[in-house]
Amino acid sequence: MKAAVIVFPGSNCDRDMLVGIEHSLGRKPEMVWHKETELPDVDFIAVPGGFSYGDYLRCGAMSAHSPIMREVVKKANQGVRVLGVCNGFQILTEAGLLPGVLMRNAKLRFICKDVHLRVENAETEFTNKYTAGQAIRIPVAHHDGNFFTDDDTLAALEGNGQVAFRYCDENGNVNEASNINGSRNNIAGILNEKKNVLGMMPHPERLCDAQLGGTDGKPMFDALVEALS
Amino acid sequence: MKAKVHVTLKNGVLDPQGKAVEHALGTLGFAGVGEVRIGKYIELELTDDAVKSKENIEDMCKQLLANTVIENFDVEIVE
Repeated sequence: MKAAVIVFPGSNCDRDMLVGIEHSLGRKPEMVWHKETELPDVDFIAVPGGFSYGDYLRCGAMSAHSPIMREVVKKANQGVRVLGVCNGFQILTEAGLLPGVLMRNAKLRFICKDVHLRVENAETEFTNKYTAGQAIRIPVAHHDGNFFTDDDTLAALEGNGQVAFRYCDENGNVNEASNINGSRNNIAGILNEKKNVLGMMPHPERLCDAQLGGTDGKPMFDALVEALS
Repeated sequence: MKAKVHVTLKNGVLDPQGKAVEHALGTLGFAGVGEVRIGKYIELELTDDAVKSKENIEDMCKQLLANTVIENFDVEIVE
């Protein structure tokens, strides 16, 4: 697997993403500054979390129009795997690679804690090292993670297996109490129709090493390395 | 010449910030305030004749100034 991590002004999880990928891949991904107009020859692109452009106008709105994003969109349309985490998810929705929008958390608070996610689709190259229905523990840290989309798009996401993860309790129960931010249908992560683009608010790259308190994020990077080797 | 752009949340989209402000106004003793909805006001100074058409400003709204999944926009061009 040849991997790249995009770095925007205000990205702050780019190094975590590098370490997470390196842990599974055995070598470092390339770090690509957002002003670049060309991507190296890669088969996996990570758009990391942070507060790119200080969240000006809307989270991810400015970054979605950075020069490198034209290349990211082009590669994604050619089938290259793209993972957007947190601010990266917001950027992918603003760039039109994923449907919907991440609004302010329903209770208006910044949420920074470990949450549980139920794996909804375990048949993608991102998730096939999990099992469907499994509850995994992954940290979140966001103010704007409230996933919203219209009824028709929501029905399409559900019908096409495009919902990757939902917020749940530690036993895997998806309910209102486990919906930390007001997202429709407890959605924490979605795929595009072709399943080569995944956006999620929680941070798998932060739990890839037992010394950091858990390894529930690591199977995602292991799965990608296996699929793309 | 200026363009005045109002960006507002579509009907049916929850506005938790508006709800919080509505509640705070009540706490301050301002009676008779119903629903509060928060939007954005953007002022653009137009220095080139080429951009002065309303269609142009609407294009800007669609591509960047508003997210049409959840927001409506309204453009007014003034001298």
